[in-house]
Amino acid sequence: MSKKLPETEYQKTFSGKFSRWLSGENDPYLDHIEMKPQKKAMSAEAIRKKREKSKEKGVKKSFDLEKNTELKLFRGGYKIFSVLFCLALIFVLLTGVSGMPPFGQMDNPANNEVSQRYIESGLQETGAVNIVTGMILDYRAFDTLGESHVLFIATCAVLILLRLDKESQQKKFEANDRGFEPENDVILQTVTKILMPAIVIFGIYVVLCGHLGPGGGFSGGAVIGAGLILYLNAFGFEDTERFFKQSTYKKMSFGALACYALAKSYSFYTGANHIESMIPLGTPGAILSSGLILILNICVGIVVAGTMYTFFVMFRKGGY
Amino acid sequence: MQLFTIMLLGMLIICAISVSLSKNLLNSILIYMSYSLIMSVIWILLESPDLAITEAAVGAGITSLLFFVTLKKIHAMMKDEESGEEEKHE
Repeated sequence: MSKKLPETEYQKTFSGKFSRWLSGENDPYLDHIEMKPQKKAMSAEAIRKKREKSKEKGVKKSFDLEKNTELKLFRGGYKIFSVLFCLALIFVLLTGVSGMPPFGQMDNPANNEVSQRYIESGLQETGAVNIVTGMILDYRAFDTLGESHVLFIATCAVLILLRLDKESQQKKFEANDRGFEPENDVILQTVTKILMPAIVIFGIYVVLCGHLGPGGGFSGGAVIGAGLILYLNAFGFEDTERFFKQSTYKKMSFGALACYALAKSYSFYTGANHIESMIPLGTPGAILSSGLILILNICVGIVVAGTMYTFFVMFRKGGY
Repeated sequence: MQLFTIMLLGMLIICAISVSLSKNLLNSILIYMSYSLIMSVIWILLESPDLAITEAAVGAGITSLLFFVTLKKIHAMMKDEESGEEEKHE
């Protein structure tokens, strides 16, 4: 319940004053503050001099070693502590190394039944001639899925940090970046025309033959990405944007990651429920063999190639 | 073969030390590139060609390219005359 105050008392309360100030009847500063004319503005030169003077004073005060004992202590202590920290780190690392088993010994903990299983029945179970690929894309495919996602997340972070929205900004950024570079270098363009097909075909070969010989999705994708970067450097953004845009990258990496996850979830499902997998392993050594490994290799290769190229473009231009 | 391996390992150590001792950032990136290249040869000698391909493509190729672009962005890579003028201005 609120009490109704008489008009004179209401005007003394805070809310009364506030409402009067709001409506503009009463200026609380009018009779309580002494009004002064504003000081004359200093000229720019005077302001600069004043600032320099105070800066000098401040520098003298804080860097005067005889009076500033705190700084003196810090400078002395910093050297001592850095040396002590380095020695401690060296000691810890060397003790760690000395506790490790000797290199190449038979009874090392690394030579246990797991690696024996990989070597003995890897070919039968995965169908991949290259044991390493069989390991990383079959026994430990979940780790590789995580790695691909790490790459994707890294690209997202780079996009957040370096992306420029407007096209004019991008052009300015690129022009600023090109600096001392020639626009159309004949030597670079000719060499690129010769090398680019070889690089990309080698990359595709490394991706596709990951289960037969050395290589795999990651290394092949990196080779293809490097080839794309070379092409970009030789011919500029206009040429590459005909076939590779940001929307292309988004579709490519989403498709590849989704394909990987679907393929792997199928084999996890069949493996966990003891169902025979529908995918044939094929004859070892043939290009269409070893079940899902070929598809997974292609997926990883697409993600890696796109990521490498996108990193480079983001650093150069801030969007594409 | 053993002599070759020892030579490579020695060059690896020299490269690793000179990366940190080099005053010029561009030089240290180039040395880092050669470090990766030597490392990829060592991977082949250790019979892991998978890693050798990856090291050559990522370590010697793409990482150094990204380093170059970053150097350009922070204006650490300039012509000699330009950098001289920069120092004078400061």
